Amino acid sequence: MAGSGTAHLRDASAAILRAENLVVEFPLGSTGLKVHAVSDVSLDLLPGETLGLVGESGSGKSTTARALMQMPTPNSGSVFLEQKNLTELSGSDLRELRPQMQMIFQDPISSLNPRRKVTDIVAEPLKIWKRGTTVEQYELVDRVLESVGIDPEGARSRRPSEFSGGQCQRICIARSLMLEPKLLICDEPVSALDVSVQAQILNLLQDLKEQHGLTMLFIAHDLAVVKNVSDRVAVMYLGKLCEVGDPDALYSTPAHPYTKTLLDSIPHPDPDAPKGDFAGLSGEIPSPVAPPSGCRFRTRCPNAQELCEQVEPVMTAVGEDHYVACHFPLLGTPVTL
Amino acid sequence: MPAPSPDNAGRPAADSVFAASGDIATEVTRIADGDARDLDALRKLDPDQIDGARPKKRLGLFFWFAAGFFILVVVLAITAPWLPIKNPAKIVGRPRIAPNSQFWFGTDALGRDIFCRVIWGARASLAVGFLSILFGGVVGTAVGVAAGYLRGKTETVLMVAMDVLLSFPALLLALAIVNFTDSKTILTVSIALGLVAVAPTARLVRANALIYGQKDFVLAARLLGANHVRILRREILPNIVPPLLSFSIIAIAVAMVAEGGLSFLGLSIDAASTATWGNMIVSGKPALENGAPWISLIPSAVLFLTVLALNFSGDRIREYTDVKEG
Amino acid sequence: MSDASPHAQNSPLLEVKNLSTSFRTEHGVVHAVDDVSFVLDRGKTLGVVGESGSGKTVLARSIMGLLPKRNVIREGHVLYEGEDVISYNEKQMSKVWGAEMAMVFQDPMTSLNPVMKIGKQITESLRHHLGVDKDEANATATALLRQVGIPEPERRLSEYPHQLSGGMRQRVTIAIALACGPKVLFADEPTTALDVTVQAQILDLLDDLQRDRHMAMILVSHDLGVVASRTDEIMVMYGGKVVEQASTSELFGNVRMPYTEALLRSIPRIEDPSHTRLEAIPGRPPNLLSPPTGCNFAPRCRYVQERCLVEEPPLESENGHAWRCWYPVGTDSKREALARNLAPGVPIGIPAPGSMSSVGDR
Ligand SMILES: Nc1ncnc2c1ncn2[C@@H]1O[C@H](COP(=O)(O)OP(=O)(O)OP(=O)(O)O)[C@@H](O)[C@H]1O
Ligand SMILES: Nc1ncnc2c1ncn2[C@@H]1O[C@H](COP(=O)(O)OP(=O)(O)O)[C@@H](O)[C@H]1O
Ligand code: SF4
Ligand code: SF4
Ligand SMILES: [Mg+2]
Ligand SMILES: [Mg+2]
Repeated sequence: MAGSGTAHLRDASAAILRAENLVVEFPLGSTGLKVHAVSDVSLDLLPGETLGLVGESGSGKSTTARALMQMPTPNSGSVFLEQKNLTELSGSDLRELRPQMQMIFQDPISSLNPRRKVTDIVAEPLKIWKRGTTVEQYELVDRVLESVGIDPEGARSRRPSEFSGGQCQRICIARSLMLEPKLLICDEPVSALDVSVQAQILNLLQDLKEQHGLTMLFIAHDLAVVKNVSDRVAVMYLGKLCEVGDPDALYSTPAHPYTKTLLDSIPHPDPDAPKGDFAGLSGEIPSPVAPPSGCRFRTRCPNAQELCEQVEPVMTAVGEDHYVACHFPLLGTPVTL
Repeated sequence: MPAPSPDNAGRPAADSVFAASGDIATEVTRIADGDARDLDALRKLDPDQIDGARPKKRLGLFFWFAAGFFILVVVLAITAPWLPIKNPAKIVGRPRIAPNSQFWFGTDALGRDIFCRVIWGARASLAVGFLSILFGGVVGTAVGVAAGYLRGKTETVLMVAMDVLLSFPALLLALAIVNFTDSKTILTVSIALGLVAVAPTARLVRANALIYGQKDFVLAARLLGANHVRILRREILPNIVPPLLSFSIIAIAVAMVAEGGLSFLGLSIDAASTATWGNMIVSGKPALENGAPWISLIPSAVLFLTVLALNFSGDRIREYTDVKEG
Repeated sequence: MSDASPHAQNSPLLEVKNLSTSFRTEHGVVHAVDDVSFVLDRGKTLGVVGESGSGKTVLARSIMGLLPKRNVIREGHVLYEGEDVISYNEKQMSKVWGAEMAMVFQDPMTSLNPVMKIGKQITESLRHHLGVDKDEANATATALLRQVGIPEPERRLSEYPHQLSGGMRQRVTIAIALACGPKVLFADEPTTALDVTVQAQILDLLDDLQRDRHMAMILVSHDLGVVASRTDEIMVMYGGKVVEQASTSELFGNVRMPYTEALLRSIPRIEDPSHTRLEAIPGRPPNLLSPPTGCNFAPRCRYVQERCLVEEPPLESENGHAWRCWYPVGTDSKREALARNLAPGVPIGIPAPGSMSSVGDR
């Protein structure tokens, strides 16, 4: 995948968030080497849309999310929130925009300060921005807590450790909604939860999205979860995007060999499910310190050719709202789901 | 396994699970919250709804003994001037009277009442303990927070400074300072001992600031637009204070013992002007073999019990304030 | 010990009878595993499924005698090749560990010793159990690493765990578990800490190794998808109790327990279109310190009736399929129970598309 390019981006004036050619690199100690965590990633979100971002651990999903939030600022590339380039804003101008984009994290427990009462945690955004009187603040806290399914009465005297993981994630969601953001970035919000609780949170996010007209970037490594919540899906591998498209098309006719592998790896809750004829993914994800030349997936790709080593593929349309960065896209090979 | 029923024969097995849900579907037309029977009433056994299902933490009886003893010592020390006890410097009887009903702790080599000297001595000893740790705690916390939260060059410079400070033998450092200032008052002795406490405090605070600074809740606060001061005050310090508190309680005990050590070297507060437990123990040394061991042993015992009470309470408070995160 | 046992030939490899395991804690007794029984034959795989805290790990560790002695109460029988090992002391058990039963843990980082070279970690148990010399142990270790799919095994022997990726580490723990040729392998969520592609690799590896060695396996997971295609029998646990137990095909084809049904319906399915509403299970698992009276699942069950709140359902069994419910799925009594819970008076008919989705939600 290794793909760069911006063919999959849509009309810039319509997008609520548009990231172009994001690059994030971390210095590796004092060795002079760099971790290429995100390399030339572009994506955009239209109002009310949910973009799902999938990929293996270490593929750069969280780093992308944090680069969008300018935490830290990407090494290069630009992020536009409604046409305002965040990467060029001063610290205080950026701070003014923070309430418009919020984030929730994978580990709900470490996302909440263990020493504070739950209602205080949820009221914190209002206190930071000095919105309303204390009475008004706590009224709103109660309303929002109720809307995420937490009893505000019980939350007043309790600390996060007295709540389960699923409830903590609800509290995190409540906090992120206090300032009425336009954009919500969810970084693996259900990965740490049990399946039974996962469904509760996914439904809750869906309801809140409709109520508040939220635009969401939803990160996960579970393809079924991503498909369930997304209007558009982007697949990431080793710091680059492989494939972007409408979930139904992308899942039924994956064009990128990596997407197909991911789909074939999913265990089905069905003892008779036909096992894919694809031989699984061999080998290991290469080190992001020295990523392969050309297509970054070529070291594990069953279809790799010489061209893949020399030339990096760029995003190209293979269907309506279906883009792939591969020299030899798989076409017309529907997977048996 | 029973033979497959005709309607799911030949279909993938999992399919029939969902087919089974289909027959539920046929039973119900419209399921809205208002229509459903009040399942919540049936479900009032949900563990979340039961208060008291969650066990309460307790400090335990021994903690209250220890803390009670320490509080008693503090109250006596503070109220000493108003207590109906004698002047600690006044000679009240013959030297070396063994403890009895008139002189509860006996008299010392000069004939002063040890009971009232122990109470007055507590003032000086506790003052040294509190002041030194207050000084060490404030400076150490500032250094530790700056290093652990700001990171970068600040951290490098500060931590090297702390390593240098730590590499001096602690008592030697205090000794040098007292010797250098040449004034042996409560304040100078406290500053000397406090300086010794700076480096360990700074390290403890830095380690905690590092841990908590990387938690997602700090990132969440930053993404909400909170500034550094607010993050330190609301998110980081509340997590550092409890371990710091229990550390400081134990450090007070150490400082009180260290004051006694300085007394032995003749470097603590002048015995002539102010009684401290340290200089009382030292002054009783010659009498230890002369048939009046209580002159030394009683202030030693009081110091020992106070230190024990502090250590024990410090430990319990640490356990008690430890919050579960997972 | 197989040679020592007179019943070795005709008794099943592992039989667990009424095993209960409780912990004495300062807040009271926690019944982490309550009255579990099963039989595991050579070459077969038992799947154990349940939410976190349902007692899967305690069950596995309890069978292997790997729990802290201090605060644990174990009752029941663990018959290994006909011999009850529950009364074995640590020394007797250490002959069983590795050579008869072995375990692969969830988190390979914590189950490997971070300061010991990988080679040493494998050869240690070889030398302890089989008494082989150093060169032979090294040769076996190399062969094992190759078997679990680690490239350049010779080089890896002298590396430390942190030099390997998560998937590689899990392969190493599998190699260690297999070193002395155990007859039963306990795999406690072996892939939960891993990515979906690596998960598939590790599960396939376990499958192959099991077939080659004719080894029995207990595969613990919280994911029904993981156990569905890789087990012969499945045990669903909830709040320390077995709530459903059947052969894999029977379980998936004929779910009886409302909890299992709810679990299956709450998983997003990849073949469903996007934005399909999920049927979540409300609430959360019971607090084992004060479990509800009656059925453990009652606070979350969509079929709950007054009876469920006062009377605990027994484990009922029919043709080898056992469940613990008064109103099992697929029976008339359940249909009636559901109908009572939903909108009394509303006529029964064909639902509008999508209306099902709100059932059991939140
Ligand atoms: N602060 C950092 N310093 C050095 N390397 C980093 C840093 N943060 C991330 N990386 C590296 O960047 C790459 C992408 O990391 P990222 O956390 O975004 O992955 P991810 O897809 O979110 O994975 P996971 O599912 O494990 O969270 C990884 O190789 C990671 O080790
Ligand atoms: N050493 C222990 N002391 C007390 N309780 C324990 C101990 N180990 C496990 N438990 C309790 O036993 C129950 C089952 O735990 P476990 O088997 O680890 O769940 P799972 O593996 O399904 O996530 C939990 O309630 C857990 O808190
Ligand atoms: S075919 Fe070539 S370009 Fe396409 S994924 Fe494979 S290696 Fe990359
Ligand atoms: S016994 Fe009652 S509450 Fe329990 S699972 Fe069965 S129907 Fe539900
Ligand atoms: Mg991540
Ligand atoms: Mg477990």
